[in-house]
Order: sequence, then C-alpha cells, then structure tokens
Amino acid sequence: MTRKSISEQASAGLPSPVEAWIDRYRHNGGLRQYVVYLAFALILATFSIILHDDGFLSSSNLLNIGRQAAPIAVMAVGMAFALAAGEIDLSVGSVVALSSLVAAEIVGNHGFLAGALAALGASALVGIVNGLITVKVRIPSFLVTLGMLGIISGIARNWNDLQSLPIRNDRFSGIFGAGGLGPVSSLLIWIIVVGTIGHIALHHLRWGRHVLSTGADRDAANAAGINTARVKISALVVSATAAGFAGILLAGRLSIGRHDLGEDYLLTVIAAVVIGGTNLFGGRASILGAVTGALIMAMLNNGLILMGLEVADQLIARGVIIILAVALSMREAKES
Amino acid sequence: MSSAPALVASGISKAFRAVQALDDVSIELQHGRVTALLGDNGAGKSTLVKCISGLYQPDAGHIFVQGTEHRISSSRHARELGIETVHQTLSVIDPLDVAENLFLNREHTRGGWLGARIGLLDKRRMRQECASTLARLDIRIPSLRRSVGSLSGGQRQAVAIGRAVAWGQQIVLLDEPAAALGVEQTQRVLDLIINLRDQGVAVLLITHNMDRVLAVCDQAVVLYQGRKCAEVNVPDVTKDDLVSYITGARGTG
Repeated sequence: MTRKSISEQASAGLPSPVEAWIDRYRHNGGLRQYVVYLAFALILATFSIILHDDGFLSSSNLLNIGRQAAPIAVMAVGMAFALAAGEIDLSVGSVVALSSLVAAEIVGNHGFLAGALAALGASALVGIVNGLITVKVRIPSFLVTLGMLGIISGIARNWNDLQSLPIRNDRFSGIFGAGGLGPVSSLLIWIIVVGTIGHIALHHLRWGRHVLSTGADRDAANAAGINTARVKISALVVSATAAGFAGILLAGRLSIGRHDLGEDYLLTVIAAVVIGGTNLFGGRASILGAVTGALIMAMLNNGLILMGLEVADQLIARGVIIILAVALSMREAKES
Repeated sequence: MSSAPALVASGISKAFRAVQALDDVSIELQHGRVTALLGDNGAGKSTLVKCISGLYQPDAGHIFVQGTEHRISSSRHARELGIETVHQTLSVIDPLDVAENLFLNREHTRGGWLGARIGLLDKRRMRQECASTLARLDIRIPSLRRSVGSLSGGQRQAVAIGRAVAWGQQIVLLDEPAAALGVEQTQRVLDLIINLRDQGVAVLLITHNMDRVLAVCDQAVVLYQGRKCAEVNVPDVTKDDLVSYITGARGTG
C-alpha cells in the first residue's frame, strides 16, 4: 500500500467525520473493499439485460435466487469465521446432511424445536472434534476436516440406507424454509438474521476481534494473552454449527433429511466467502461480503441455468470463478 | 533510589537441551530508570526477557516484583503483575485499528453483566481512552480508526509501546524497539522511553546500538555467552568500554 504523506497530514489536522471516513477508506484498502458489491451489481445488471425475456427479473425468480442462496449464505458466514481464524472447514457439506438427518429423526417424536436443537448440537459436536484435533494434535485443519468430511458422509449414508427421511411437521417446515412472513420467505429472513448476528459478532464482540487477531498473527495474539487455541476451536464450532443450520433450512424447505444434502456446497461456499473479501489465509473477514458472495453464487447458478448451460458447463464456470477469486485474495494477502 | 526495586531477577538459569542460554544471571530494575540489556547475538538477552515476561520458565532462580517473589507462569500473569513486554516482532495486529490494538484482550464492554458475558465492545470508550493515553505519551497517530497495518513503522512501534504502558504498567521490557526504524522515528521512540522514565516506569531496553544506550540509559547490564559479564552506570563508561564488554574482551565480574 502506498502512503501519501500530504493526505496523511491533511487528515490528521481535520478529524471531521467525512475526513475520517475518507482516511479510513484510503488506508483500509480503497475501492477494493467494495469490489464484491460492484460485482453483484454488475452481474445483476448483465443478467437483467441478456435474460430479460427469460424472466430473470421476475419476482418469483428473484425469490428463487434468494431461497437458493440461503443455505450458502448461512454456511458462508460460518466459514468466514473459520478462515478469519486462520483455519478452514472442508467438512461443512457433510454436516449439512448429518444435520438434516438428525432433525428428521427427532422432529417426528419430539417436536420441531427439539429437532432443530438436536441438529445444531450434533453439528457443533463435529466442530468441537474438528477444533480439538486441529489444535491439540496440531494437524492442519484442512486435513482434519477433510477426514471428517469422509467420516460424516459415511455416517450420513449409513443412516437410513441412502433413503431420505420424511419430515411431517408443518411448524418445522414453516419456520425453516417453506413458509414466510406474508410474501417474504422465511429463508430470506434467516439470511438477514444470521448475517446480522455474524456481523455483530465479528465487529462488536470481543470474540470477533480475537478471531481476527488469531488469524492475522497467532504469535502476537498469544503474546497479548489471548487463548488462541480456544479461539480456533470456537471458530470451527461456529463454522460447523452454521453448516448445521443450513442443513435445517434445507430440511425444512424440502421436508426431508437426506445423506446427499449439501454434498456439492463446499466450493460454492468457499467461493462466496473469498469473493466477499475474506482472506483465505486468515486475519481479514467480511460477513456482509460473504452474504453478498452467496447471493452472487446463487445468481450465477440461476442465470447460467436460464441461459441453458448444462451442469457440466456450470461446473466449469464455477471453477473458473473460484480460481479468479482466490487469485485476488492471494494478491491482497501479499500486499497487506 | 529510595524505593524498593521494581523488579529483581536473581540467579536465573535456563538451558535448551545442551545449550546453557542463561547461567546464574541477576538483574535489578528501578522505578524511573532505564536499564540497558546488552550482549552479542545469542548472549541470552531475549531468553532473559522471555523468562521475566512469562514466556519461558527459568530452570533456576527467583523473580521478585515490587519486593514480592513470583513464579511467572504466562504472559497474562506477567501483565497482571504490571510487567509489559514489547517484543521485536510480536507486537501489533495489522487488521485491527489503533484503539482495538491498544485494548487487545483488555477490551472494555458495555451492556452491563450480559454485555460483559458476551463481550459486547464499548468502542466509544476505548477510542476516548486510547486518545488520552496516546496524548499523555505524546504519541501522534493520524486516526485511531485506521488499521495498524496501514501505519508507518514508527507509528506501529509507538502503538505497541503505548499499549505496554496504557494501564499504568510499572515495568516495561523493550526488545529492540527501534530496530527497523528511520532516524526521526527512532528519535520519537527514544523520547517515548524518556517520557516513561519520567513517569516512574522501570524500563529494560534491549538494543545493539550504543548511541541509544548512552542517550537514554542510566545503567547497563551486559551478557556474554549466557553469563553476566558487566553491570555499570552508563555515565561512568564510554562507548568503547561497552563494546569491549559485549565482545568479551573485558568484564567487571
């Protein structure tokens, strides 16, 4: 980052709110902080024009995009914390399936609340195991969670012999996905709720600052007396629990628990988080960016389908986007 | 000096496998005085600082803080005893802003009991106190809301030192605080050290730069291969004396 001593002195003498904002804008990354929102607007505009006749802008299609984005957005918020802490959670997709199965198993006999809590509890447990092994045995989290991905996927497949478990509980389905407040889908409300909680946790809670510190410079954080091991474990618990909540939302929307729910979400989630301005290697995160990234991914998915692309082409397009996003992330990491 | 020493470390020994990093080293820090800790690379300076700041446990020896013996178990423990360390590199967190760095792991919360439980930050109060602390130390930073990563090296070091003394810490250990700084920024850091001294803080300064020792230090302890080879009043010695102690050519015993 280049420094301009003249502007530095000027802003030092004029601490007005506008001047302070400009100072922060300039020194905290400039326009690049807002790239994800520009990209969102650009993609939205592009699809609106070229897919105008295919009904891209119709309210039902936009609502559809929002619904598709919901589980991704929730997982992206959780993943942002794992990445911010300098870890990564590759097991999130399998946790989605586990959570949906646990919910389906419990809801029938014990009600919607018990089902949801059991699903979240099981997911959090996966996060605790991920975190403990990562921190105590000192195995990189990408290996621990990769192993966990296999384990949980296997458990999910064995759960009901690859068959889906039906959920016949209107309250569960209504609250977690199928219903809504008037015309507003409950999924959209959950995006806002989870995004807001995540944003507050990152910026206004001590824990969020400690997560960033741990990911930015673990030795310095330790020297400041922060229990970085506990911070890392908690970040992986948050990531797994968020994935569990995404599983609940999918289970609610589809009224089933199934072993392959969330199976192909991992790359989409990571792409959403990284496009949103979270550093893949820790120390920088944006929750609003992650949610916007999820909306971009859902919008791309939707637009590519409307354009008539085959699944294979969609996979290629998504892969290209992820590599571009990661390349951008690495360039920023080197500069900062 | 009439009051009790701020810190006494006596007979400190520390070995790493076969290497005796520190061998029976004693040091005394007084309130309102700056003590230089000198020695060649590998003489044991950083090891001694880490023993005092709780990062290492000495194999032998005693540490007294304000006259009371303590076994310092962690950096948190050291801080509770009023000892703050500014390490060469382990100092500030780049993505956090100035106030957040100053209050790292000592954050003020709001919202009463619940706010304290969940750690709801009182950012306004932290910024205000940060501003007054920096003003007291005559540290000038363009904006407290700016991420520390965007500040100059001297400003970052000033933030690190400011954090060390923000809560009236009485003992400050500085490990090469001006190592990577330019001339003017170095002078600012030295002014800051003098400022701390005048406020009654006991300062331990590790440095390789003899001019800095002569400029700000009252006494000097020299280590040579893990042993204390000299302890002198700085006004009584010349630069050449100090260098000859450091290289092991001479010792006071």
